[in-house]
Amino acid sequence: MNSMTEMNTISSIKKKYKKKSRFKEIWKRMKKNRIAMFGLAIFAVIVFCTLFADLIVPYKVSLEQNIGIRLQPPSGTHWFGTDVYGRDIFARIIHGTRNSLVMGIGAVFVGISLGGVFGAVAGYYGGRIDALVMRVMDTIMCIPFMLLALAIVAALGPGLVNVLIALMLSMVPYYTRVIRSAILTVIGQDFIEAAKACGTPDRFIIVKHILPNAIGPVIVQATMSVGSMIIWAAAMSFLGMGIQPPTPEWGSMLSEGKDYMLYAPHLVIFPGMAIVLTALSINLMGDGLRDALDPRLKD
Amino acid sequence: MDEKLIVVKDLSVIYKTDEAIVHAVNKISFDIGRKETIGLVGETGAGKTTTALAILQLLPERTASITAGEIVYRGENLVTKSKEEMRRIRGAFISMIFQDPMTSLNPIVTVGEQIRESLEIHNHNNKNKNELEMRVDDLLELVGIQSRRKGEYPHQFSGGMKQRVVIAIALACDPELLIADEPTTALDVTIQAQVLALMAELKDKLNTSMIMITHDLGVVAQTCDKVAIVYAGEIIEKGTARDIFEGEKHHPYTIGLFGSIPDLEVEARRLNPIDGLMPDPTNLPPGCKFHPRCKSCMEICKTEHPALHSFGEHIIACHLYAKEV
Repeated sequence: MNSMTEMNTISSIKKKYKKKSRFKEIWKRMKKNRIAMFGLAIFAVIVFCTLFADLIVPYKVSLEQNIGIRLQPPSGTHWFGTDVYGRDIFARIIHGTRNSLVMGIGAVFVGISLGGVFGAVAGYYGGRIDALVMRVMDTIMCIPFMLLALAIVAALGPGLVNVLIALMLSMVPYYTRVIRSAILTVIGQDFIEAAKACGTPDRFIIVKHILPNAIGPVIVQATMSVGSMIIWAAAMSFLGMGIQPPTPEWGSMLSEGKDYMLYAPHLVIFPGMAIVLTALSINLMGDGLRDALDPRLKD
Repeated sequence: MDEKLIVVKDLSVIYKTDEAIVHAVNKISFDIGRKETIGLVGETGAGKTTTALAILQLLPERTASITAGEIVYRGENLVTKSKEEMRRIRGAFISMIFQDPMTSLNPIVTVGEQIRESLEIHNHNNKNKNELEMRVDDLLELVGIQSRRKGEYPHQFSGGMKQRVVIAIALACDPELLIADEPTTALDVTIQAQVLALMAELKDKLNTSMIMITHDLGVVAQTCDKVAIVYAGEIIEKGTARDIFEGEKHHPYTIGLFGSIPDLEVEARRLNPIDGLMPDPTNLPPGCKFHPRCKSCMEICKTEHPALHSFGEHIIACHLYAKEV
């Protein structure tokens, strides 16, 4: 091999390493995962619907009642049919995206962040701090999830933000447990001790060495619970604690439609599909992200 | 200049469990001068690693405690330092190489970044990013790895290469003392030789003192100036490498230790180990800790703890030498 080409390859390799940031690298690995990209594509469409809902269909269409055309099956004028008040289901689904997505993702995201902090602190420091944090969490876990969420909303008053807070707070103990156990498996490893021997501060060890190594199961858990969060939010709305009618929201559409399921199945099929698609796309993305975060899995 | 870099004096460490108290280290004393290498030699469970962790103040907080003694580094007692003060010392002035390179690197962070981490934490000269990056390159080249590989992950390196990376991390901030905890145990023999040669070379180049923890006498012979033989948490014999390897007077345990090395020139059917096991550290025998296994055991050994008998720098803790001094 002549030395010129060798030099060239070395310098190109050098460039390759210097310019690549961590995120770019993760993205590059994720791009190779077709299923994850499929999930991302669906999710992109859903986010698009959230951002440009009014361009697709004006908001007032989703509220317009017309008893004359109630419970119509899907047709050219009403793509997804009409509901029991004659409202266009397509418009309601498009405009419901925002509320449902904010509920589902928001509750999980904030819940995980809070649970992450508690779980990390409990797992890392152990001993008394661990005991204190986990006993508080256990106490909260004793109260049935739905009951706790309802109690919080009852105290704060109904509304999107309050439902979000309620769901998030009720989820925190579960995430704390998952994250704590994930961290305990990482903490016994030698490289944590090695980092300590380098004089790395605690917060740095938690953020850089422990969390990224423990994040796998947490991401899976998180993406799985987005779908169920949407359903829980729907249940709250159904009980009159969540988003107030006539604001469109997938979950409340489901519960409104359930009485007519036999005569007009499209009332539940479409909002149901919207929830399934959202949850599915996030699950696929989460799976791909989990794999992309672990450099050992790349080939 | 006969200045001591670190003086360990009467160090005792115990581990408390629910069932018992483990006396891991019992009144160990040794010192290290600048540029010196001391070897701590002993069986598994003799308290070598505990001693090292005690110097770094990295003992598990919930179970271990230092019951007595002091560790004086640059005239300051490390035992009484606060956590934050110790954190500043670790990595910058005293650093450690761990036994198993396979697990002592974070699998999801590139090796370059792991080397840079230590530099960033102890960045007292406020070097900018490019300078740090260059230092990372230098360090990798120093341990014999092409700097272009710094963007790779630990699993892309072989065991010996990983140990080189670990050494690079330990040397990142030019520490004054390097504690090597069985740095070659997890490596095969050819790589062992390479890594030892590398460490010896770097130690000379960077003027670092070193504590070499090992159970391999070959490693000690190759690298150490001074040797301390540790048994059941006590130093039973210490001296220069020459004293230990060529001296005539030895502790019976040291004799047994050397006797257990297979000799190529003597035909023997079996290895020649020291009979018995290390005493249970939760229930150490009275008198000399080695007496149940000792071939030259006397009555006095069973009741009285032997005093230190010194022959110049060579110190032996055994009743056998009581009459001679």
